[in-house]
Amino acid sequence: MNVELLERLSNTNGVAGNETEVRELIKNEIKNFVDEIKVDALGNLITLKKGRKNRPKVMLAAHMDEVGLMVTLIEKTGFLRFVRVGGIDERILLAKHILVGKEKIPGVISAKPIHLTWRKEEDKKVAKIEELYLDIGASTKEEVEKFVRLGDYVAFATRFEDLGRVVKGKAFDDRIGCYVLIEILKENYDFPLYGVFTVQEEVGLRGARVAGFSVEPDIAFALEGTAAGDAPQKKDLSPATILGRGPAITTMDRSIICDKELVELLVKTAEEKKIPYQFKRPGVGGTDVGRIHLAKEGAKGGVVAVPCRYIHSPVSLANKEDIDNTIKLMKETLKKLEI
Amino acid sequence: MKDLIKRLTETYGPSGNEEKVRETIKKEIEKYVDETKVDVLGNLIAHQKGSGVKVMLAAHMDEIGVVVIHIDEKGFLRFSNVGGVFPLNVLGQRVVFANGLIGTIGEEKRESAKDELKLEKMFIDLGASNKEIAQKMVKIGDVAAFQRDLHDLGVRLISKAMDDRIGCVVLIETIKQLKKTPNDLYFVFTVQEEVGVRGAMTSTYGISPDIGLAVDITGTGDTPEARTMAVELGKGPAIKVKDVGLLAHPKVKRMMIEIAEREKIPYQLEVLERGATDAWAIHTTKEGVPSGVLSVPTRYVHTPSEMIDLGDVEKTIALLRKILQEDIRKWIQ
Repeated sequence: MNVELLERLSNTNGVAGNETEVRELIKNEIKNFVDEIKVDALGNLITLKKGRKNRPKVMLAAHMDEVGLMVTLIEKTGFLRFVRVGGIDERILLAKHILVGKEKIPGVISAKPIHLTWRKEEDKKVAKIEELYLDIGASTKEEVEKFVRLGDYVAFATRFEDLGRVVKGKAFDDRIGCYVLIEILKENYDFPLYGVFTVQEEVGLRGARVAGFSVEPDIAFALEGTAAGDAPQKKDLSPATILGRGPAITTMDRSIICDKELVELLVKTAEEKKIPYQFKRPGVGGTDVGRIHLAKEGAKGGVVAVPCRYIHSPVSLANKEDIDNTIKLMKETLKKLEI
Repeated sequence: MKDLIKRLTETYGPSGNEEKVRETIKKEIEKYVDETKVDVLGNLIAHQKGSGVKVMLAAHMDEIGVVVIHIDEKGFLRFSNVGGVFPLNVLGQRVVFANGLIGTIGEEKRESAKDELKLEKMFIDLGASNKEIAQKMVKIGDVAAFQRDLHDLGVRLISKAMDDRIGCVVLIETIKQLKKTPNDLYFVFTVQEEVGVRGAMTSTYGISPDIGLAVDITGTGDTPEARTMAVELGKGPAIKVKDVGLLAHPKVKRMMIEIAEREKIPYQLEVLERGATDAWAIHTTKEGVPSGVLSVPTRYVHTPSEMIDLGDVEKTIALLRKILQEDIRKWIQ
């Protein structure tokens, strides 16, 4: 796989509503492979490969945004208060590296040292987000205001690493989907293929809602980096997805009941081409296609995802073979699409 | 009509799996309407042409159910809900898969009687003795419905899927009985209502109606120590005032009330504190659609024993027929 491209995608910051840098990167990567490129009012990057036939109109969606934080208040003492943008478990925030605002000012999220919490019962509970602050090393409000304003976005500062079989980095949800989609767009197909890189998925599938409306596809797939729950567990329960077992096919999540024919086609293709696959645990999560398949008179919808451990945190792990197999499964399935 | 209710309520059709219900309905109505079509999501749309305003009537074909999320080493299935499944109502129940396989629902031990019942602590037992055997029977993502036959108590009936097959019955019987209509009628049997009124979103967009009416069930407040609700079984159709998804359009509501009074059909006004219907999606589609709901009072909603009163059903059909015979344009101008 093209590790270097995924590395750049992962290292770029694009918290929901602030996807410009990611969009510019992707635009550059795909401009030679697509016939049309446009950016809509919300910031979705909508590309078209025309193909030779008129139908079916196929839309592939991957979202550019990631979860992060936003500055809400600057204290006199130079500390920054913040809120979450998208779904972040507050237990993972303590003592993480961050980058604040356009200038990417490095900082950390606060955490009381154990010396000050020990024997006070404080060490037995997780600090609430209201008790936390960002520290960029400033000591007055005036000093902070030279670099940071209210409403500035904050991203995790994790740098990508290639660990061999797996890769490690931030924002795999959904830069891995973006990576998969870019690679798919490098090949040609018979039908019109809309490669859509959406905005604001993490705050409620907002970009997909308008993109689905303008593209009006017959068939739509969301390409995702999805949650893996394959950590050791005592009980024999569903792991959601498992790293290394191949692309995860969704039958149903909170946003969609996937089209049965599309699910069957994915499974059949995987079996024919001997591509490993797994079913994602039904009923969890939701993706862009949840909105797209309900736009206008509706579309057939499906989801294919790369299992990722620890998503919506500063660091995730994904298996390289899973990524390659996801691209392969999607390309082979697209070749078989008929209306 | 009892026979139709029996056939429809005993048909398998959890959200996303409405095919069999759709086939049954299609056969029933085909010869009475000008055309039928099935849209991308699976909504069945029956068109009875007329020169007046476009009226959309919606009843949903889907019922609640469960979906397999995991098959363990011993062959037990872990499951999640499809639609509003309440843990208290499912213990010991039987479920049936699309292929006809039956399972029963068991639970892990509870440490204390006060422990909250949770679906994630329950499982389906298919009678399989290990994972390999179970995997040949079902796979992850397979959906099951609750398995219960209809029971005829005379005037009242109990079934696992009155919600909303009884609404489908109302539409089917209305189609059959309706002689003449000045309106352009779209009878829509929707999919995926129980998971968020999804079928109604796309079908309404395609039809672009001038007025929308959902026909669905509603709760009652007439059982011992029930949650307060001024709807009773056997007192006639309920005309919706408000639920979680809709404030009924005043003109649509008034039309239903005035026609009921004029025709001397008993009715009740309904405020539902929990739940919504397809009218939620219908009335907010495109530039907005004046919408209302005609409800069949139902006890024990979202349990395997939903109870309705046949007299209510007949009166609902009678009222709907009278409404559709009117020139509805006059009422919504």
